[in-house]
Amino acid sequence: MIEIKCRKIVGGKAKGQVLITTQPLNMLSMIDNVSGVITDEKHELFKKTVKNKILIFPNSVGSSVGAYAFYSLKVNGGNPLAIICTHKCDTITASGCAISDIPLVDNLNFKTELMIENGTEIFLDADNEKIVINKV
Amino acid sequence: MDLTKEEENALNGKYGSGLEKAYKILEAIGKANNATKFIPIKWAHISGVNFNTIGEAGVKFLKDLDKNTNVSVTTTLNPMGYDSRLDNDLSANFKEKQRDIINSYTQLGVNPTFTCIPYEIFDLPKEGNVSFAESNAAVFSNSILGIKTNKESAISALASALTGKVPYSDLLIDEMRKPRIKIKLETKVEYETDYGLLGYFAGKTINENSVGIEKIHDLNLMNGKALSAGLGTSGMCGMFSIKNNNHAELISFGKEEMKKTREELDTAEKGELIVFGSPQLGHTELANLSKITKGKTFKKKCMIFCPRIVSESVRNRDIILKLQKAGAEIICDACTCLTPLITRDNYDSIVTNSIKCAYYMKKSNKIDVALKDMRTIVTEYCE
Repeated sequence: MIEIKCRKIVGGKAKGQVLITTQPLNMLSMIDNVSGVITDEKHELFKKTVKNKILIFPNSVGSSVGAYAFYSLKVNGGNPLAIICTHKCDTITASGCAISDIPLVDNLNFKTELMIENGTEIFLDADNEKIVINKV
Repeated sequence: MDLTKEEENALNGKYGSGLEKAYKILEAIGKANNATKFIPIKWAHISGVNFNTIGEAGVKFLKDLDKNTNVSVTTTLNPMGYDSRLDNDLSANFKEKQRDIINSYTQLGVNPTFTCIPYEIFDLPKEGNVSFAESNAAVFSNSILGIKTNKESAISALASALTGKVPYSDLLIDEMRKPRIKIKLETKVEYETDYGLLGYFAGKTINENSVGIEKIHDLNLMNGKALSAGLGTSGMCGMFSIKNNNHAELISFGKEEMKKTREELDTAEKGELIVFGSPQLGHTELANLSKITKGKTFKKKCMIFCPRIVSESVRNRDIILKLQKAGAEIICDACTCLTPLITRDNYDSIVTNSIKCAYYMKKSNKIDVALKDMRTIVTEYCE
């Protein structure tokens, strides 16, 4: 078991499998905001879904309206369980998660790609600013 | 963050659920951006108006907001989904939802201006801090007008409109407006599409608050808009600077980078529909288009998106009449981003000079795009 420190942006806890990418997401144009499926064929997560996953990505980019996509995912049940930003949490993601009560952290003291891959089970405790990986 | 007593009370719900929610949003953003306090703003510009962009969930969010809450600074609004004064075949559901969204905003005291170019229409503050969600307007304001704003989200700008406050961070801090990375221009940037491509490349490549661009000394309005919109579309960068960036690290934008960027957005040989907009056209671009189409007519259907106040202004009457005579349809209150007026059912391809339009047509509307500058469009598509 390994414990990673992080910074809380939006509180909450989540346990589940990771969906990880090093590419940013434009939430307005790259994702189906009902099902959570990535629709951009050039994105490395194409056809994968964020639904019931802990999404690890650098940050959101592009349209300011992307914030509503997080809320739409939440209302329709396509939302990720939690989000970890590996670059720097941006305003679109922070505001979108704040209105959707999706736990959100950033500033990991750890290089995620070394130990986390798609499907890795983790426990994210945003309130206590820690992430636990069980498999190690 | 250090909150004043009043801000703390608002966050704890003492002044109603609207302000509580607004401060909760701003607190999360403040934390993400390492802000230590809130500061007042003079103006807010909100996005998230087109039903196609915010959907059912957005309608619900806005409806659920406490209607006893009101905006506390002048607040203007982005374009909605269509021009309600023109014929269209949009569904009754779309129109009803669109009306719901507008009602929600106006009940909060937002001006229903339906424009993404507030900088061409309003007498904006000459200096100080604002909260602009529309990305092209945020970049244009920071880079050309010198008003300070972060690249806000639809929801953060709404929260700031209600509270009159914004977390003090990033582009609101002078030191953080200085670019650490500069684009070294190694190819000719001539037309507005070139400026748009340059902006798109810079935004996609540089994950910073601001970017320097060398060798550009003079930007006209059209090219400044194109550069701002391109930059705002592809990344998180909210400002460019064409001066005072001598010590920045260099990234090259040469022929190869221009070609690759163009290839990503320019996916059709020809367009079945001509589209101008995103950002909406203002007086200068309309006047220019009217001048170069003088005595000609468009060979294909042509849609021009512009603010109603521009289209109906006495000053622009002749310009609009000439463009209509050339066969153009003038569409007000809307813009090309996720427009329901141009769909895959009706068109396989469009031609446009806008990088932002090209990006969303391809990604969201799934329509191929021929990317050409305005002059070339007129040469090839008018007779």
